[in-house]
Amino acid sequence: MTTIKMKPVDAVVVGSGVVGSIMSMELANAGLQVLCLERGRMLDQQTDFAKPFVYDELKFDRHSDVFQNLSRETVTVRNNVSQTALPLRELGSFKPGEAVGGAALHWGGNARRFLPHDFELYSRTVEHYGKSFIPKDMTIQDWGVTWDEIEPYYDQFEQIYGVGGKAGNIQGQIMPGGNPYEGPRSREYPNPPTRATPQGETFARAARELGYSPFQGPTANQTQDYINLYKVQMLQCQSGGFCSSHVCAQGAKANGVSAIFPALLKRENFELRPRSNVIRVNTDSTGKQATGVTYMDARGRQVEQPASIVVLASYCFNNTRLLLLSGIGTPYDPVTGRGVVGRNYSYQAGGRVHVFFDDREFNPFIGGGQVNTSIDELNGDLIDRANLGFVGGFYVDTPSAGALPIKSKSVPHGTPRWGAQWKKAVAHNYRRSLGMHLHGSCMSYRQHFLDLDPTYKDAHGLPLLRMTFDWNENERRMLKWGYEKGIEIAKAMKPSSYDTRAIPVKYSVVPYQSTHNIGGAVMGADPSTSVVNRYLQSWDVPNLFVVGGSAFPQNPAQGPTATIGMLACWAADGIKETYLKKPGSMM
Amino acid sequence: MSKSAMLDRYWFLTAPEVRFLEAAAERLIPTDEHGPGGRDAGVAVYIDRQLASIWGVHGRNYRSGPWPEGTPEQGFQSPLVPQEIYRIGIGEINDYCVRTYDRPFDQLAADRQDEVLTALEKGKIDLPSLSAKLFFDLLLRNTDEGYFADPIYGGNRDKVGWKLLGFPGLPSAAYRGHLDKSEPYRAEPVSMLDVQRNEAQLDAEGFVKHVMIKTSGGK
Repeated sequence: MTTIKMKPVDAVVVGSGVVGSIMSMELANAGLQVLCLERGRMLDQQTDFAKPFVYDELKFDRHSDVFQNLSRETVTVRNNVSQTALPLRELGSFKPGEAVGGAALHWGGNARRFLPHDFELYSRTVEHYGKSFIPKDMTIQDWGVTWDEIEPYYDQFEQIYGVGGKAGNIQGQIMPGGNPYEGPRSREYPNPPTRATPQGETFARAARELGYSPFQGPTANQTQDYINLYKVQMLQCQSGGFCSSHVCAQGAKANGVSAIFPALLKRENFELRPRSNVIRVNTDSTGKQATGVTYMDARGRQVEQPASIVVLASYCFNNTRLLLLSGIGTPYDPVTGRGVVGRNYSYQAGGRVHVFFDDREFNPFIGGGQVNTSIDELNGDLIDRANLGFVGGFYVDTPSAGALPIKSKSVPHGTPRWGAQWKKAVAHNYRRSLGMHLHGSCMSYRQHFLDLDPTYKDAHGLPLLRMTFDWNENERRMLKWGYEKGIEIAKAMKPSSYDTRAIPVKYSVVPYQSTHNIGGAVMGADPSTSVVNRYLQSWDVPNLFVVGGSAFPQNPAQGPTATIGMLACWAADGIKETYLKKPGSMM
Repeated sequence: MSKSAMLDRYWFLTAPEVRFLEAAAERLIPTDEHGPGGRDAGVAVYIDRQLASIWGVHGRNYRSGPWPEGTPEQGFQSPLVPQEIYRIGIGEINDYCVRTYDRPFDQLAADRQDEVLTALEKGKIDLPSLSAKLFFDLLLRNTDEGYFADPIYGGNRDKVGWKLLGFPGLPSAAYRGHLDKSEPYRAEPVSMLDVQRNEAQLDAEGFVKHVMIKTSGGK
């Protein structure tokens, strides 16, 4: 195949999602000639997702073309190494994105920070409970960065995404109304918090009775018209629902398309090239220096793009797969436990308590992504885990995300799946129920990893990524405890009934759970257990940066996006302040 | 509601398939005091239009072999696409009904239809070419979509699914002010089909204007 060779650029950024858009902006601000390659299409929120036709659950929640098109590329999945992995043939458990803006086009807007504890999870666990507390197969580790170092970059992310919320801890001072257990913040959120809905109030009253400190969870759906750090205006959320899985016509939901590209595309030193699917990072003869990337363009041509700096800024799966396809770093071997690329893949554990009322009626269709009332006591350092016997925790919330008629019809346990009784239960409960969600952490394990599939190929004939993952005893114990706590809160709401989901024995790709896949190219202080150093710089190829959810060594409870954005700000700053002055390994 | 769905021109389904789907949808979501069932909601038309779309051939799904059956946790692994699942499945279920009860599914009594559906759901009927449970789960999912998706897709006629729930359809600009209010927001539902037919009012921003339902009663 002939290869077209393009003019060199200073930096090529692979992917235009949360990481790609921020890093492109920051590197362009530093004066670099930046090219951002995106496998998906360009879009225009206001014309492609115009009101009122954007309010279409079937088209967008079920069949959206901003989700990854699996006909061209998917992942294969299995629960353990004794099984044969089979391709994820239709979307279910998670929904990676494929368009300019990435998966954040259709995210719900959950903009929580992790806790200080999360970045030093291994050390703190050993310090409190001893090494033997950590199960033998659990491979959790510290991130190589600490709260005080990265806090300013959370702040920067919040100023870009217009996060609305109420601070609970400003520079050590506990603030009423916020989450008192959050890490110290340098300042208040840029936008005010959401208002509590009647469902949220119901949860808050019950939680307060039990001694919890409820607060309105932070959201990247604008709580007022907002002009961000890059001078881009986003409009206030109208509480119409249709957020998660949907693209916001209002432009109220922050992502690359609404918050960054309007400013970035005006830069002369920036180019966005959609429909460019990167298949390889190229290195020189030493293998120690990246020379650029190769991608397939829309016409199916192979194109070589030389660059001085390569940033892999795509989804957890693709960052890992590109390293494997490019032969960069040592692939992880679950038998020996050696190697790093593909190591520490993890996901998000979770549960739901459904609460039903005969005497109360809500307006479940009013709300939006991350209009929620939350508690954080079941997370972080507050829990004494000595007798509980698990690592990790939850935040718990009652969301008013806008209940849509196909996917959001809760009925009490024991209701048949169809027929007259089902219909009656659906009619009775749609407006008379609320959900309490347990958002749980998920640790990393020796036997859970990503590698290349030996059988199945993508549309270009390249091996698919293979995922080996299952639920473990640690997470099941955590869920059991979480449900006990959740049921206490549910009972305090004085409902007519409540029920919980079963604790899953095996991980299934069928029901949607979350698009919170992480790991595979983790960051850390030790090259034998991490792919990138604390600056998200490849240990093996110093002019290659691998940034995103792929860098998480394990998955805390809060949802990954704010931390992914924070890491993009942090990595960009490292390149600007340190790398550019003295290219080479920063460690 | 009136007009039988049989009068519509179908894009993919044959007449016996439509009869099967109307009968099955009516058992899955029966007509009762809460409103019309799956038949009058137009579920068969909805399924027909979906089968004629790229979803009907799993156009965005991964479609390369090999095709081992896999575990339930590995999800959909059938080499058949929805067009084939419906065509083959309905044919084989009707064969089963004729063999067992002397008539096709749509001509059985309601109780008998429920028995057949339950047996399919539990995988108790052995169909020659596909899993009965696979067929049933797809039928149930599509019936649910057909009853609750926007009427622009052929089902949810007269917005019966949304009226059943008290879901107002397309959101209005009034939601923001109502977010933290506890009084029930009751509006006549508005669909994309209404907008297309100029039967709904839009404000300058493109939100629909809801007509509120006055009565405090309801379902």
